[in-house]
Amino acid sequence: MDFMLDGLFRWLHFLAGITWIGLLYYFNFVQVPAMKEATADGTAAGISRHVAPRALLWFRWSALVTWLAGAALLGGNFMHAFRLEPAYAGVGVGAWLGTIMLFNVWVLIWPNQKKILGLVAASEEAKNKARRVAFLASRTNTMLSIPMLFFMANGLTHKAAVGL
Amino acid sequence: MKNPLDSILGTIVSGVVLTLILYLFLKNFIVAGV
Repeated sequence: MDFMLDGLFRWLHFLAGITWIGLLYYFNFVQVPAMKEATADGTAAGISRHVAPRALLWFRWSALVTWLAGAALLGGNFMHAFRLEPAYAGVGVGAWLGTIMLFNVWVLIWPNQKKILGLVAASEEAKNKARRVAFLASRTNTMLSIPMLFFMANGLTHKAAVGL
Repeated sequence: MKNPLDSILGTIVSGVVLTLILYLFLKNFIVAGV
């Protein structure tokens, strides 16, 4: 039974993780660069009104599901991983990075995006500050996703190959 | 100094460098001697 549950949690972790990180890369590699050009030719409102809110909805909830499924997958080894005990150090670093990224999504990116998209009231000055904070938090998550995926992918399954 | 996170290339290079630093840290200080 535990074997079956592990398989289900791993499957869910991958599905939600692909959704989360896929949308993170979409924001950083596609939408943000496109917004500059769209603003210049007056077509940015369509992205802000119809695309960004939907993308952010899937983005933030898939982030939470990814973390919860990962925690369930670690199960009784959760604390071993977060304490970076040698046998779990690789996946533990991945778990720490994923946790920091989840924090960035819910504490830095989403509250600031609500101001940017006009979902909560904010002055122009507050919106400009929110743009910079949300941008840097999103770029930080893109940067952190690179080691996060390395340690997640290699921490347990390829320990011998990478020496961790 | 320009923030590397302001460009996509700078973000990717920073991520790869961080991967290397964390890998060496783990290998030499956490799992060394186990």
